[in-house]
Amino acid sequence: MKLEHLSALNKARVERRAIILVTDVASGEQRIVPGEAIAGDVMADQLDAALRSGKSGNVEHEGKSFFLTVQTPPVRLIVIGAVHISQALAPIAKVAGLDLTIIDPRTAFATPDRFPDVNLIAEWPQNVLPGIKPDRYTGFACFTHDPKIDDPALEAALRAECFYIGALGSRKTHAKRVERLTALGFAPEAIARIRAPIGLDIGAVSPAEIAVSVLGEVIQALRKKPLRTDTPVKAGAAA
Amino acid sequence: MLASDDDILARAEDWRKAGKGVAIATVIETWGSAPRPVGSHLVIDGDGNFLGSVSGGCVEGDVITQAFDVIEDGKPRTIEFGVADETAWRVGLSCGGRIRVYVEKVN
Repeated sequence: MKLEHLSALNKARVERRAIILVTDVASGEQRIVPGEAIAGDVMADQLDAALRSGKSGNVEHEGKSFFLTVQTPPVRLIVIGAVHISQALAPIAKVAGLDLTIIDPRTAFATPDRFPDVNLIAEWPQNVLPGIKPDRYTGFACFTHDPKIDDPALEAALRAECFYIGALGSRKTHAKRVERLTALGFAPEAIARIRAPIGLDIGAVSPAEIAVSVLGEVIQALRKKPLRTDTPVKAGAAA
Repeated sequence: MLASDDDILARAEDWRKAGKGVAIATVIETWGSAPRPVGSHLVIDGDGNFLGSVSGGCVEGDVITQAFDVIEDGKPRTIEFGVADETAWRVGLSCGGRIRVYVEKVN
């Protein structure tokens, strides 16, 4: 491996960018393909599939065997609202390997007692999200259904083209949310990326059950479709 | 402390930039029950320091020995490890699985 390739891998990791190292196992020849350059690559389909799975592995191309070292940023989930559902979601999100952050400016909710071992930030989303820098490998679950807390987070999530954006609230609540985001200049296609009502339709009732349905939806968004924002996204589940 | 992949490849870069000979071993294929998944790294410097793993400690010694040759001649190698012993299969000791490891020098 050339030192420049090794440096590129390490740099991409620090900067939270996806990257693939393609190795011709027989000859030892290697090249680096940054995530954003995959679409134009001769092995586009294979590289895209590898990136979506997030796993390194072997592929064949034109009779040759290549090993793909796939490096994707750790997937983050940002939860807005230190509510009951978030308390149930925190431990299972951790088990699923998600890097979880909970944000809620209401200090009565955002207490370490309620959220042991969680990266909990008692601040307004608009104050802390610029520092967190959401990206494609970041998901958002908004649980406060309070526009002044959820909306700034939804705006940031839409702008960052996050792989998952879900928002709690009834259809009526969501209709008003759509109106507000439209007034802010977001296109209907962008707003349609918000999954509302949030969560897979498994008939969840209790906070813990809703947490499971949301985690399922996050995993579905991560694994079932390309992390491409130009791919049409199926609207969120019902009920 | 367990080293994450971040630490492992970052260390390889540090070693190389410090002028050391460095080899990277990567698990490129597994069959059966393999202790470390495809993509796992072990990095080795010319002095025998290493970080990471490609197995549960079973084959690291051999990989490190071969890594010295790779650092020496610069040619990448693919090494296969596994339960090739017939007797082992006959009595059903296939617990080891098989792995293929690619060892390359950092130039």
